[in-house]
Parts: sequence; C-alpha cells; structure tokens
Amino acid sequence: MLLKELSEASGVSGGESEVRRLIKEAVEPYVDELKTDMLGNLIAFKSGSKKAPRLMLSAHMDEVGLIVAGFEESGLIRFSKVGGIDDRVLVSKTVLIGEKKIPGVIGAKAIHLQKPEERKKSLKVEELYIDIGAKSKEEAKKEVKLGDYVSYNTRYQEIGVNYAKGKAFDNRVGCALLIEALKKEYTFPLYGVFTVQEEVGMRGAAVAAYRIRPDLALVIEGTTAADVIELKEESYVTTLGKGPALTFMDTSVICDKKIIETLVELAEKENIPIQFRRFTGANTDAGKISLSREGVRSVVISVPCRYIHNPVNILSLEDVKNTLKLIELFLDKLPEGGKKQAYAND
Amino acid sequence: MSIKDFLKKISSSPGVSGHEEQVARIIAQEFTRYTHEVNMDSLGNVLAFRKGQRTEEKEPIKILVSAHMDEIGLMVSKIEKGGFLRISPLGGIDPRSLLNQEVVVHGQQDLPGVIGAKSPHILDPEEIEKGIKMEKLFIDVGFSEEEVKKRVSVGDPVTINREFMELSGEHVAGKAMDDRAGVALVLKFLQELQYLNHQADVYAVATVQEEVGVRGAIVSAYNIIPHLGIAVDVTHGDMPGVAEYKTSEIEKGTVITTGPNIHPQIYNKLVEIAREYNIPYQEDITPGPTGTDARAFQISREGIATGLVSVPLRYMHTSVELISLKDIHASALLLARFTASLNNDFLEELISCY
Repeated sequence: MLLKELSEASGVSGGESEVRRLIKEAVEPYVDELKTDMLGNLIAFKSGSKKAPRLMLSAHMDEVGLIVAGFEESGLIRFSKVGGIDDRVLVSKTVLIGEKKIPGVIGAKAIHLQKPEERKKSLKVEELYIDIGAKSKEEAKKEVKLGDYVSYNTRYQEIGVNYAKGKAFDNRVGCALLIEALKKEYTFPLYGVFTVQEEVGMRGAAVAAYRIRPDLALVIEGTTAADVIELKEESYVTTLGKGPALTFMDTSVICDKKIIETLVELAEKENIPIQFRRFTGANTDAGKISLSREGVRSVVISVPCRYIHNPVNILSLEDVKNTLKLIELFLDKLPEGGKKQAYAND
Repeated sequence: MSIKDFLKKISSSPGVSGHEEQVARIIAQEFTRYTHEVNMDSLGNVLAFRKGQRTEEKEPIKILVSAHMDEIGLMVSKIEKGGFLRISPLGGIDPRSLLNQEVVVHGQQDLPGVIGAKSPHILDPEEIEKGIKMEKLFIDVGFSEEEVKKRVSVGDPVTINREFMELSGEHVAGKAMDDRAGVALVLKFLQELQYLNHQADVYAVATVQEEVGVRGAIVSAYNIIPHLGIAVDVTHGDMPGVAEYKTSEIEKGTVITTGPNIHPQIYNKLVEIAREYNIPYQEDITPGPTGTDARAFQISREGIATGLVSVPLRYMHTSVELISLKDIHASALLLARFTASLNNDFLEELISCY
C-alpha cells in the first residue's frame, strides 16, 4: 500500500499535483481510462462487462495546509490557512513551501521574553510567520512566491502496536485504499475518483459527480478519532482499532440507509469489526455527490484517525486493513443487487 | 567533521538536563581529536584539556571555555488509562509550543510518540483562545496501557523529535541549538587553535544541567581552577514583537556581552581582538548574573575572571531554534585569537585594572 508515499507528498487544496502524479502512476496499469478534469480531479474508469450500476468510489487527494500570503521586509513570510486548522498547533513546527519544498520554521517568542499574560493566550495565525532564513524580502522572494502552498513537514512511521503516525491521513488513507480497490476486476462500471479541494468546500467532488452521473457513490475518508484521555467516551466520535466507521449523517449528508444496511450485514457475515461515527458534524465529498443532478445515493466509509488536520496524525493499520476488506466485499456484492434491485429509485 | 555535520549530529541527539550521557559521548569523541586528554566528572561534564606551548617556567595561564550540552525537555509524570502519558516540564518550556509535537520517550527503549491535539472539528471555540496548559497535554505512543507500562516508567525523560533543518544560506534550525550551537562553536574553537600558538592551557568543557541551574559549571570550574572562564551560549535573536535592544541580529556576527557578570578587561580584550582581526561582532549587556555558565564561573572558589561570547538565536526554547553557522564561525575565530593572545601580563591586568 502507498500510504507512506502519499502521506509524505505535499497536496494542499488546489495544489494536489504531487499526489495526483503518485496516484496516476500507481493506478495506470489497472484501469481502462484515466483522465484529469478541469479542476484537477483524477478520474479512473474500469468499464466492466455490464452497463450498470455505475459506482463512483471516491477519495479526496487534498490536505489542509497553508498558503504564502505576504512578505515582511525582514524576509519573514506571512501565511493564511487553507482548510480547518487550529492555529495553536502551528507554533514551533517545520514546513515545506511550494513545489521546490523550501524548508521553513514557524517560531515563537522565547518563553524568557514573554509576559505572564501572554502565556495565557494562544498564538493566532496573524502573529505567526514562516522563517526560511532569508535576510530580506528580496532574498525570500527568490525562493518563495506569493500563493505557494505550504505543507506540514512530517515523516510517516509505524509506531506502537500496528499504528502509524504521519500527516494528511485525512485523506491519503482514502487514496491508498481506493488505489488498492482499483487493482481488482469487477463486472460493473467503476469510476475511481481522486478529488481535489475537499477541505475548502468539496469542490472537486461536485463537478466529478456531475460528469460521471453515478447510480451510487461510496466515499472513502479519514475521520476524527477522539478516543483520548482528555475526552469522555460519548465524545470519541470513533475509536482506533475498532474497524471502519460508517456515517449515519454529517453536516453535509445523510447517508443512504439501504447501503449502510448492506455494509453492516456484510461486515457481520465476514466478521469484520465496524463502528458508527458518533458525531453529526463536519463535511465530506458525499455531501456534494449526493446532491448532484437528480441526486445520488451515497455513503461514507472512514478510517478513524487521531489528531487529524494537525501536523501529525495516528491511525491503526488494522483499521486500514479492515476498511479495505469491507470495501472489497461491498464491490464483490454489488453486481448481485445491481442497480434495479437494491439501490435504484423504484 | 564539519561544524554543520557535528551540529546536526548533536542537535538531533537526546540529552535533557541530567540525562546527557548520549550526547556527551559524541562530544567527548570529537573533542579527543583536538585535545591532549578528555575526562568526564561525577556529574557528567566532558572536560577536554589542550596544553599550551610553554615559553617560560611560570605557572601557565589557564582558560576554561564551556558550552552546556543539556537541553530542555519533558519528563513522564503519569501513565494514564489507555496508555497515554502525562508530562512535566524539564527546564523552561512553553506548553504552547508543544501541541501536536512529535516526541521520543526515552524509556526501556526509545519510543516515538505524538503529543495529542483535538481535530478542529470538535474544538470548543473558547479553547482556541487560551494558551494550552501543561496538565492538559498528553503523549500518545500507540501502545495499550499494559504494553506502555512494560516500556515506560514515571520519570523517563522525553525529547522533541526534530530533524535538523538546513535553511536559506548558512541558516540552520532544529531543537537544542541552545546550546549545542555553543558546543559546536567550542569544537570549531579547538580546531582553530591547532593553527595558532597559544601559551595558555585550554580546558574545553561541555557542561551538564545548565538549564536547571548552571550546575555542571559550578563543579567544573571548581575542579579546573582556571584564571579565566568563558561561557559560550546562545542569545535572543531579532524577531518581530520583541524590542530591538533586547536582541542581537542573526548573521551580524558574534555577540560579546558586558555587565556585572563579566570581567571588564575580558570584555575589552574580546572587542579589541574582534576589531584587530576584522571579526564581525555585536555587543550586548546583561544587567546582573547572566543565564549562562558564566554565572557560576564568576563566584567559583576565590573568584574567576569571566567572559561571555554568544551566538544569536531565534525562537529560544522552542524546537525550531534558528541560528546562522556564520555567527558560530565568527565566535570561534574570536575565541581562538583571544586565547592565543593570553599571557601572564594579561593576568596582571585583570587585577591591576581595578
């Protein structure tokens, strides 16, 4: 699985090129058609032998990050956030800027120089900047351009008992799983879609779904796991190691009940652990896909990830394995039901 | 080894106050190449001795040049349900710089871990306004409570896991540049001395436990009984939001400090040498005992003439401390030329100036 490479690649919303290149190379041998659309979505097509049902299996390629917004005379670089980031996690971190991956650091005033009141307040994006070691605005501009995307600088590593840490597991884990799913053969027409700009409003998914006109859609995601000491169990959202998480609803979509039922049955039959996402907030590509054209029955299957949207996330590789199993079972089962019997509007 | 490679190696090595063994070994090994003898004392200080070229029978002038090798960090304070680790600060560390930081827990074995941070989706808006407190932070090592207890104990030291970064020009950043940059400077100083004649006996010392009260400096100065004690440390670099007079400029050269902690003749001599050899320098004042080894040297035994040479550093006590190698080179050159200039006449001046 390509999780390490995908996690370490830079792909902030709107700047997904490196991730797209990696995926293109990985899926090319397995698909009948591969194209990139006007927004940068990568659409892989496996025709199958039958005409229906048309399944859109999708995962977003982009990650949250930063964008270069300005230069100080001193050579320090100002930035804005792309996607949802807690300002506080940016302090004392290293980043990579633009396609050349220029290294930089986000520093903070030394504790010795702070007033006691300062320590009580958090540091906001407006007070932070990136230091690349440039001595002037001119010098900084030689290496970095306005609008360059900035990603966290985090290495992938397996830790603990079958866990992994890295950045952008939301949603490179989805991309890694989708690549795996595309390696198998199916009888129905399958569109494997790697979408752009999910983190800034699911913009890629909207146009991809319109183009593909799927009968049903399955979105693969990385979702919040808050199963940590500071929170109560009812606030965990999901728990690491308890298998793929199914979504009843989030801010953007109410998932198709029939498909969820099928997924639950399959998991039970094959003894795959599953859990339900105990949270109704946050958005996914399913929100846009389900409202595309006349409407599309959609579900979301997620891998639980701790500390998502932060520089370092942790997930369970056991969950990744079980998520792939469930997706593959569902795809195998799909031709049996077909469009008419199980999933279409009667 | 080049100074950059050496700094990369020691900055990446763990060595929180009281646990300097690992970094001490690397330093001792490298200092051995440029000195006649290297020892370690009972607190863990690395003491390297380089003999001076004697021209007369008199007791040689002795100079101690030190940089502290310990770094700030954390300590495991509790193993919580679920295997999460609570932490206490070891030295002056801002909890606001720790959220979602990667760490290494130095237990039975080194364990990589992550300091947890909620995803923004589930954050309470009020939470975002407040600076996070140490007691809210925890480390996730990806092991169950049972497995963690086999590997980690309360009291185990924790360091930030940070790769050394080469930035634009000669700038580098990473953890523990305070004061591994100083240690690298001392190595460069020893390298420079090879090409100079110096009468003075030189003691190059990498001290322990500076961050918790300059303790390594106390015993090493007592042990060596030098005439001169020069501390090599880092000082606040220029950055937005901090008054200019409180900082020194990165890449503007070595920083020579004056004030009550510093012997006026040593300060004068350092400035004089910098001018003579065109070494870029800037001056700084500290109005009382400095937060460096010089604080302890000055009041060792009957008193030692003390100096302080520093490298400007931005973002002190975070894990992205930034310096320029140019400032290290300038400082090392200054110290080497200063050392080469020492003779017994200068020793007289140190008293007669009063």
